[in-house]
Amino acid sequence: MTSTGLGLRDRVTRLVEAATTPLLPRDYLDLFIPLRSGADLRGKVVAKRHETADAVTVVIKPGRGWREHVPGQYIRIGVDVDGVRQWRAYSVTSDRAATDGTISICVKAIPDGKVSTHVVRELQPGTVVQLDQATGEFTLPAQRPAKALFVTAGSGITPVMGMLRNHLDELPDAVLVHSAPTADDVVFGPELRAMAASGRLRLVERHTERDGFLKPAELADLVPDLHERTTWACGPAGLLEALEEHWAAEGIADQLLIEQFRPRVLVTGEGGSVTYNKTGTTVESDGATPILDAAEEAGLIMPSGCRMGICYGCVLPLREGAVRDIRNGELTVAAPGDGVLVQTCISAAAGACDIDH
Amino acid sequence: MTALQKKSDNPVAHLSAEDVEEIGRRLDTIRQEVVDSRGADDAAYIRKVIDVQRKLELASRAVLLLSKFPPAWIIGTAGLSVAKILENMEIGHNILHGQWDWMRDPKIHSTTWEWDMASPAEQWKHSHNELHHTYTNVIGKDNDLGYGIMRVDEDQKWIPLYLAQPLWNFVNACFFEYGIAAYDLELGKNLATKERRNDPKFKAAAKQVLKKIRKQATKDYLVHPALSGPSFVPTLAANFVANLVRNLWSHSVIMCGHFPEGVETYEKTSIEGETRGEWYLRQMLGSANISGSKAMHTMTGNLSHQVEHHLFPDLPSNRYAEIAPKVKAIFDEYGLRYHTASLPKQVASAWHKVFRLSLPNGWMAATTAKNAPEQVALLYKLTTGGPKVRRVYDRAQRISATRARQATEAAAAA
Repeated sequence: MTSTGLGLRDRVTRLVEAATTPLLPRDYLDLFIPLRSGADLRGKVVAKRHETADAVTVVIKPGRGWREHVPGQYIRIGVDVDGVRQWRAYSVTSDRAATDGTISICVKAIPDGKVSTHVVRELQPGTVVQLDQATGEFTLPAQRPAKALFVTAGSGITPVMGMLRNHLDELPDAVLVHSAPTADDVVFGPELRAMAASGRLRLVERHTERDGFLKPAELADLVPDLHERTTWACGPAGLLEALEEHWAAEGIADQLLIEQFRPRVLVTGEGGSVTYNKTGTTVESDGATPILDAAEEAGLIMPSGCRMGICYGCVLPLREGAVRDIRNGELTVAAPGDGVLVQTCISAAAGACDIDH
Repeated sequence: MTALQKKSDNPVAHLSAEDVEEIGRRLDTIRQEVVDSRGADDAAYIRKVIDVQRKLELASRAVLLLSKFPPAWIIGTAGLSVAKILENMEIGHNILHGQWDWMRDPKIHSTTWEWDMASPAEQWKHSHNELHHTYTNVIGKDNDLGYGIMRVDEDQKWIPLYLAQPLWNFVNACFFEYGIAAYDLELGKNLATKERRNDPKFKAAAKQVLKKIRKQATKDYLVHPALSGPSFVPTLAANFVANLVRNLWSHSVIMCGHFPEGVETYEKTSIEGETRGEWYLRQMLGSANISGSKAMHTMTGNLSHQVEHHLFPDLPSNRYAEIAPKVKAIFDEYGLRYHTASLPKQVASAWHKVFRLSLPNGWMAATTAKNAPEQVALLYKLTTGGPKVRRVYDRAQRISATRARQATEAAAAA
């Protein structure tokens, strides 16, 4: 019976496809039910609320294809800004138990941030946005740590907020050291202070306008039992680098997990013209811009993922030429005809390149 | 039309090389202004057109399920015809030009789009975007000139076969989508020799076209009629008529773009080392616009702004109307002819050319009611007399044309 059932279903699918060619049935269904199961993953913005003057929580009802996320993970979201689709990654901040099938992200407007500014100032409830499934390793282990430390700054609080909202009660001893310019700039400030007031969390707020940036050495004073803790850190590259150095120096590097939102540019390549052989497009790319960004700027549709060199969703074969990894300066060279796979999101041209795309 | 370089009254003779480059710079500025201001409104426009088109198509096909009732047949056929026209013209043609690639929406992108048309998008993009738009109106390079089956220029040698070209043109109009598929395959050239016929590249392309045609025909002439049950035959007829209407309409619009009398053509050698300014100038004089209402512009896919489209093939079609006055101002300032007229006028003019050039050079102009019998006899002689007779006639025509030119020049000098 099963095989007949499947056969019938296949036949019906084929018939409907024959009726809609050259389009697919889903091209018509998308007009009416864009969030149905089987559709490309999208979500509808259902609410937006201000957390601080320049940060908003965006509540999104994801389509039927949404798979549950693990708190701490991020999603990629595609938003049309001035008519151009832009993809960015944001941590999921919502409390899984308290929400009715919605998820939320928190976006802080950064100066010159095309997408973040648009989301904070322009994005309207009702808008349909593109989504990817949640991903990322910045999560709590199944075996919850006896002692946890979270070090965050600015919007770096967002993945940690996801963890605290869902799992705070499973953490017997949790400390959060959070930096923000002033008390008013603390994203989720009232909620964090409430957690602290209820005794479930030890909260250390660092208001950098008054107290200056947090130095790792000061952390040892703030959190004397640092060595006994597993630490999750998220924030600007400078902070994370300093923490990594300190933890390494203390010999406890394996107790530190970090999450960064953008690749850290350590070096710039030489730049050059990048040719995409399948589309016949050539794009002039400078040594500081990832090949991915330069190609998108030129209107190409590129595979992409995390945009920080971890998910390998953007990998394409380099047929000829050289690229430099902007995180560490490593040079990758392809002889003519090669197909060495390069991550376009963290590779900048180091001379003329020929890419299979 | 005679290739521009051979004309006595060369319409660009008064322009200096510097003028031509200045025209190019100004057009570049116009282009950049649009590129810099593309935004959410433009994106909303194309999404709206696609939305309307798909809903109109669905509704029309739904109505046609009951097509055995005449009112349903009429409404459904009219709706489907409009939907098919929108799909080919304002949506398909323009997306495949890359006009909307800047949106970075993989669903509305020149590399992913496929259209309701016999010719696969991939092949059409090559013959249209690369060949026609690059070599616009260059005799021997731009196959759009007469589609390789017609004589559309005095400089093409006349042979008796061309007498039937008004008929070819009409047949081509009715089955235009198949004509375009054959043309994209360069069928004439590729079927000519055994070697070409067996070229694996050609065979693969031909297979691709046949597959597309089979799918298209199955949809319109089998699946939808079958879904209509007792209305099978009326639905089949409705789909045939909708395709016919779309074919006739798009053929007419496209004929208006480059065929009307007065549109310039160019010699092959003239484009060697062509500058950007010269390329622009060729597009300016090699295209003709259609004037009309906003609805008419939409239904032509804004190819009614053929001049603007040929200058800037990848700018969003909804912006052509806005830049048209600026483009026209450049024509006016430099004393160039901005070729524009209503749809009936341009269609008539294009057909006039098809008829005129189906006959030997000068024949139509020389024929009056009085000398008709002699002229018909002459035509009979030219048709049946073989190449030698035609050569003698051609030489006589050339000599009289030269004399006429000298006379004009002498008069002008005096």
